[in-house]
Amino acid sequence: MTRIDELFTTTRAAGRAALVGYLPVGFPDVPTSIAAMIAMIDGGVDLVEVGVPYTDPGIDGPVIQVAVDLALRAGTRVAHVFEAVEQVSAHAPAVVMGYWNPIEKLTPKVFAQRLKDAGGSGAITPDLIPEEAGPWLDAALQHDLDPIFLVAPSSTDARLDVVGRTNRGFVYAASTMGVTGTRDTVSNRAEELVARMRQHTTLPVGVGLGVSNGAQAAEVAGYADAVIVGSAFVRALQDGGADAVRRLAEDLSEGVRRKA
Amino acid sequence: MTALPDAAGHWGPYGGRFVPEALIAALDQLAEEHERALHDEAFLAELDDLQRNYAGRPTPLTEAKRFGAAIGARVFLKREDLAHTGSHKINNVLGQALLTKRMGKTRVIAETGAGQHGVATATAAALFGFECTVYMGEEDTRRQALNVARMQLLGAEVIPVTTGTQTLKDATNEAFRDWVANVETTHYAIGSVVGPHPFPMLVRDFQRIIGVEARGQILERIGRLPDAAIACVGGGSNAMGLFHRFITDAEVQLIGCEAGGDGIETGRHAAPLTIGSPGVLHGARSYLMQDDDGQTLDTHSISAGLDYPGVGPEHAWLRDEHRAVYRGVTDTDAMAALELLARTEGILCAIESAHAFAGAQQWAAENGPDKVIVISCSGRGDKDVDTAARWFSLL
Repeated sequence: MTRIDELFTTTRAAGRAALVGYLPVGFPDVPTSIAAMIAMIDGGVDLVEVGVPYTDPGIDGPVIQVAVDLALRAGTRVAHVFEAVEQVSAHAPAVVMGYWNPIEKLTPKVFAQRLKDAGGSGAITPDLIPEEAGPWLDAALQHDLDPIFLVAPSSTDARLDVVGRTNRGFVYAASTMGVTGTRDTVSNRAEELVARMRQHTTLPVGVGLGVSNGAQAAEVAGYADAVIVGSAFVRALQDGGADAVRRLAEDLSEGVRRKA
Repeated sequence: MTALPDAAGHWGPYGGRFVPEALIAALDQLAEEHERALHDEAFLAELDDLQRNYAGRPTPLTEAKRFGAAIGARVFLKREDLAHTGSHKINNVLGQALLTKRMGKTRVIAETGAGQHGVATATAAALFGFECTVYMGEEDTRRQALNVARMQLLGAEVIPVTTGTQTLKDATNEAFRDWVANVETTHYAIGSVVGPHPFPMLVRDFQRIIGVEARGQILERIGRLPDAAIACVGGGSNAMGLFHRFITDAEVQLIGCEAGGDGIETGRHAAPLTIGSPGVLHGARSYLMQDDDGQTLDTHSISAGLDYPGVGPEHAWLRDEHRAVYRGVTDTDAMAALELLARTEGILCAIESAHAFAGAQQWAAENGPDKVIVISCSGRGDKDVDTAARWFSLL
């Protein structure tokens, strides 16, 4: 049983959704980003997505694009990601959120080894589909890391089944067809997607893309096992530093316990 | 070797699909539609009619006698510069526009570097009545301002991309983001043999007419195959179009000319097949310019159309199999070849294509006289007059 399995056992017993927060390493600099991740946990985040900055973030909207661009220009390296995981995982379970090429470049085997050594629990790979993931699945499972894939409203039942059979930890359901970023309303396609996904897995299903406040978190917590928040945390860090990150986490944390 | 890719779009380790799950359904739909279309007589007849009576195919094979004499070889030019819109890009776009119609989609989007693919897409959108949005790096909108105006005149919306390096790579990222959000109504008409399966295969299939025609024309003209077929390579669509029909002709050397920029040794270039390493970018595994962390490196070329850190996966495969060879051609050598071609043949080619002419010049010098070379003259140089005039200090 991984730390992620334990987390969802706890939240399910408590009758609430888990709160998952994302921040990229190195924005605005490495120490501040790590401090903000820990502030997120202080505010009530249950699981941290430690973002690997990448030059070509194809599924990210403007907020995260600008942040990772700054992180890379400031000299952030993949090695810093493992430092962040090591520090963050002392406080809460941590997974990395990373596009595929930096993992492939390091090699799946070495990446998995270093992630495990740093205390990481798994990796979300937004541009890797199970069919292309062979070497990564071998490496992740060998180190007892959870490989986490995305599903989308456009995913056919056959594809949900592939993810259901391959994925570990929790399934990441993209609420909408689009890129990351805060939205006024969370797409109603998310609830239908979660229901369809549950026919193919007993794993927890988290919903991301578009959630930015406690009310939206409560709404998503009504049907999902985890509420995933990214761009809103990046914006909070940009506007108000670690304190703002903590306050946002508190608001969202209250939301996942309330349920709409 | 020509039977590849496999069903999932792989040439050995290259190709495949490295994209968000949200796009998989659309890629499956496109792959199915393409497969059906290739066996549908009505589709093929409609495409053939468009190629002949709209785009102006077959394009001529011109013997470049004075240029050939200057470089010491017998040279034939496959005149894609004479196709409608001024480059080979129209071949691919007409095919994808027909597929768009068959899929019931009403909007097309595209990325463009030099603007040639953007112009071709805007042209097809006007012809078919599609809404059209073209993403172009802001730096490229400046150096290819004429093509921006052409696209706008054709009714397309041109969106300058200000992220990253503001060139073709970033325009491609932005087009993918648009596609994820609008995939139900929108087709992303990728302009080269890059991207997730089925794009590298599909674009190749629509471009291979270049080599099919050239092979027939050279046999008819001189009764034998050429010693070499040479083309410039950015993403690699005109090169793959020229090469594909010749792959099984072992006696024909296939030579791709990448952008050597300031020189391969300076690091300021766009030559992933010459000096890059395998990696994943824009949905497929291929050769790539990347650092030790797998981050994409900045590129440089005088040619906006070749200024791209990746390359099509089939080229990566041909390289590893030693069926094609790739070389870097510097800005300086390309511009000298552009001038030589203009002054010996009265043909002002695109700066992209000039890399192939410079590569041919080098290959002829290395391989002795009396060789026969077919060069893809992939585009005309009207769009580059400003850049060339500055290069030669005429402005």
